[in-house]
Amino acid sequence: MQPIISVNNLTKTYAGGFEALKSVSLDIHRGEIFGLLGPNGAGKTTMINIICGIVTKTSGTVTVAGHDSVSDYRKTRSMIGLVPQELPAESFETPYNACRFSRGLFGKPEDPGQVEKVLKSLSLWDKKDEKIIMLSGGMKRRVLISKALAHEPEILFLDEPTAGVDVELRQDMWNVVRELRASGVTVILTTHYIEEAEQLADRIGVINHGEVILVDEKQKLMRELGKKELILHLTEAIGRIPERLGGYELELNEDGTELTYHYDTKGEHTGITALLGELSEAGIRFNDLNTKQSSLEEIFVGLVHQSR
Amino acid sequence: MNFYAIRAIYRTEMARMMRTVVQSIVAPVLSTSLYFVIFGAAIGSRITEIDGVSYGAFIVPGLIMLSIMTESISNSSFAIYFPKFTGTIFELLSAPVSFVEVLLGYVGAAATKSVIIGGIILTTASFFVDIEVAHPGIMLLFLVLISVSFSLFGFILGVWADGWEKLTIIPILVIMPLTFLGGTFYSISMLPPAWQTVSLFNPVVYLISGFRWSFYENADVAVGLSLAMVMTFLALCLATVWWIFRTGYKLRN
Repeated sequence: MQPIISVNNLTKTYAGGFEALKSVSLDIHRGEIFGLLGPNGAGKTTMINIICGIVTKTSGTVTVAGHDSVSDYRKTRSMIGLVPQELPAESFETPYNACRFSRGLFGKPEDPGQVEKVLKSLSLWDKKDEKIIMLSGGMKRRVLISKALAHEPEILFLDEPTAGVDVELRQDMWNVVRELRASGVTVILTTHYIEEAEQLADRIGVINHGEVILVDEKQKLMRELGKKELILHLTEAIGRIPERLGGYELELNEDGTELTYHYDTKGEHTGITALLGELSEAGIRFNDLNTKQSSLEEIFVGLVHQSR
Repeated sequence: MNFYAIRAIYRTEMARMMRTVVQSIVAPVLSTSLYFVIFGAAIGSRITEIDGVSYGAFIVPGLIMLSIMTESISNSSFAIYFPKFTGTIFELLSAPVSFVEVLLGYVGAAATKSVIIGGIILTTASFFVDIEVAHPGIMLLFLVLISVSFSLFGFILGVWADGWEKLTIIPILVIMPLTFLGGTFYSISMLPPAWQTVSLFNPVVYLISGFRWSFYENADVAVGLSLAMVMTFLALCLATVWWIFRTGYKLRN
């Protein structure tokens, strides 16, 4: 299937010489939630801004549903809605008028019913005639989302939608994103919160120093996450792993005092009971044990660290 | 052409004017009326007629010009600078619009406001002095062209300015002196010959002179030259705006 967004060898060098993107290539599939992770200054926002037409690229191409984002910008931009990271809003406008404005700006005829639907879906209907400046931070964020959705886009970019948002509102935002996906909207989400990507994304991309360093199915990453380690601290050092334990995925450290067993928590049998029995029979004793699980956060930090 | 976008921008800008009606309409009309009362009525009664027109009536076209130039610049520069300052401009930059739609929306609204202000000042002035408009069509043409040109100029200023100071520096240091020395309150022919020549380097002289000609058929420079000057200024501003959108100057980098 043709990707809905295709980024090819995209580069951006700012006037000061800073290379924000170094030949980035990335495909976004139609209808998915794509989680874009990366530390501050990694190039997430620059990439989004180029796809949306806010920043000019240095080289490379971006196509949206097969249309070039520069030569065919009217087509591509009208398909996209963007919720930026900061909360810029027309302070003296009302949510209703702000939505109506956005809808017109993106080339859609007036449709009070649609504006009403969007405002209601974000629980903003009872605030529709209040000045935006009077609303709370969370409400302002909803206004921005409703503005981005007012023209019924096929693609929605959410640049850190839950930064500085309380727990309850975060859950609400997640529900909004899930509903959007259910309605067929492709969502690209950048976030600092690994948990958020775990909760929402179908696929995850990691970007650092202007380079995409990993793109993978979340399920696959989660399977990695399902792996655990059991570390046994032996009472006496052993020279090598006894042959009878060959069926287990075991590792012995250099001085022979630590035995590490890799297992899958999601598997039918973890094999721990059997392993401990075998160890006992082999006369290997241990005085302590602990288990360790690598989180997406660890994978992420590891990747980002490697790419430095 | 994205007509819905033009309407959205235009309507939002006009609504902003109605929200700030005191600042956008009452203030310029009041200040012009004050000029009129002081220079036209109080002092003007002691000044002899200029080319057969009473001084009070003579300054009306100049006062209208003074007001629409300043208002056009401040309206449209603010309209584009404020979103840049608050960050809301991201939406405009990510929208499926070309510079034509953006201009028709923003500059159209700013120019509309200026023409409305010009009309109010003219009506107000007619309560004080007898005003005849010899060529209403030409008068309207100048009013619209100058409103549009200076709104375009304001737009450029708003894009260029990266601080509040820069936004006000050009209107105060360049536009105001040029307007005051451009024959708002006097005829260039009243100056010593050397200063008459210097005045001809001031583009505003041509604008005020042409506009005044449409009222009283007397002018410092030929009306055709005035019109040519307005068109040149308009073309220069349009070219600059086109270049801004083409290169993304201060907007997309």
